Amino acid sequence: MVIVKAPLQQVIELENKIFLLKIFSPEIARTVKPGQFLNVLVTKAYYPLLRRPFSVCDVEEDYFYLMFNIFGEGTRLLSRMHPGDLIDVLGPLGNGFNLDEDYETAVIVAGGLGTGSLGFKGTVIELLKDKINLIKSSKVKIFGCGPTAMLKALKEFSIENNFNCEVSTESAMACGFGICQGCPMEGVNSPDKYLLVCKDGPVFNVKDIVL
Amino acid sequence: MKKIDLSVSVGSLNFRNPVLLASGTVGYGNEMAEFLDLNKIGGIVTKSLSLKPRKGNPPQRIVETPSGMLNAIGLANVGVEEFVKEKIPFLEKFDVPLICNIAASTIEEYVECTKILTNEKAIKGFEINVSCPNVKEGGLQFGNDVSAVGKITEKVKAVSTKPVIIKLSPNVSYISDFAEVVKKEGGDAVSAINTLVGTAFNINTRKPKIFNVTGGLSGPAIKPVALAKVLEIKQKVDIPVIGIGGIMNWKDVVEFMIAGASAVQLGTLNFIDPSAGERIVKELEGYCIKFGIEKLSSVTGSYKI
Repeated sequence: MVIVKAPLQQVIELENKIFLLKIFSPEIARTVKPGQFLNVLVTKAYYPLLRRPFSVCDVEEDYFYLMFNIFGEGTRLLSRMHPGDLIDVLGPLGNGFNLDEDYETAVIVAGGLGTGSLGFKGTVIELLKDKINLIKSSKVKIFGCGPTAMLKALKEFSIENNFNCEVSTESAMACGFGICQGCPMEGVNSPDKYLLVCKDGPVFNVKDIVL
Repeated sequence: MKKIDLSVSVGSLNFRNPVLLASGTVGYGNEMAEFLDLNKIGGIVTKSLSLKPRKGNPPQRIVETPSGMLNAIGLANVGVEEFVKEKIPFLEKFDVPLICNIAASTIEEYVECTKILTNEKAIKGFEINVSCPNVKEGGLQFGNDVSAVGKITEKVKAVSTKPVIIKLSPNVSYISDFAEVVKKEGGDAVSAINTLVGTAFNINTRKPKIFNVTGGLSGPAIKPVALAKVLEIKQKVDIPVIGIGGIMNWKDVVEFMIAGASAVQLGTLNFIDPSAGERIVKELEGYCIKFGIEKLSSVTGSYKI
């Protein structure tokens, strides 16, 4: 966990309002794990005041990539930065996906930003149900990322079919490292205490959280 | 060149510099220790502790607003017992004064918490939270009632062997009336201000953006309000004040000291830059050198009005 001022290498507009930033930081790029996130300060002015959490979409040696949709003032400012600008980044934060477990087939389920057209009409869960015979015979682990409604359906599907499933969750948060307590997540095993998306997540096994 | 003296005192509490980290923005110290040297800052005020653990409010708990944020955490905390067992051992490793913030739903609960914690050697003083805007019982129910604040001060002082600071609410007409009663009942200092009650709506759903409907506003948006409250107390009541509210840099610290603060607390800033406390201490030393100030505490209450 470090705070770095990382030089922006490249700004790529993938399509209208969707951007990909390539940023140089060996400290981040060499340590971040899939599913972990960074908290980015987009301006030193006081609006927006708080950092913005982003998950890292890819790394390439000393560079990491952030992909985002322009959603509000923070992402708008970020999309207007130029190569050479220094980006104030705090991270890597949280727990990533557990890739080392015992499984033969990884099923990656994504919804929202970055999901390409699959030539299938219906939700991603309907697609999974449709293709279940393709995967059922092997030891499956599902990795999910997307809107909460999708994660909810994915949890149900995984538990019904007894698949191991981890999902990446989202929440509003101020700090990203456990002190503001702004990102509670209801835990299955801790009814008297909330988990925190930033520290206990953002990746959770679906068995551990109430979605 | 003479060594600059950054030390300050708040009643009988001595701090190596005036920069303390505010309750609810430093947890119990362990996360912050990854970003700054706790031995370099003036002091730490713990997350509010209640007698029993509290789960806090459901999401959504925070929302950003222009130059500020609203929070309604609802005093989620580990409770006094776990704090003593699990959190104090970590904090004891550092040479930094520890102020324990206590929140409660009843006057008896404040007293019980104080009784338990006052025996802990690591704790140098108490900050009594009578001003949390985000809980149904306690909080502002006490915070805007002069006689309740007086009673809590009296009862807590009666069982505490350490200095007692009362954290005041800005959601009142005259904050100095509250500082006055704290002084009358033997309180050692006041900290001002806690957050301002605010809310925000989603215009599509017409629902409040936070579960609790209202939350506490913090951040640079509230600094002018906080400065005016500190000044009001300083001008009307002879009691040490710890200034809190939207401090983002060393200049803000100096401004609070001019208005009358003996020390200050950094709050929302810790979320944005958890290393800021240590840097601000260094910058305050630079300020003293630049203006030929030998003792930083001489700035307190030096306003020219």
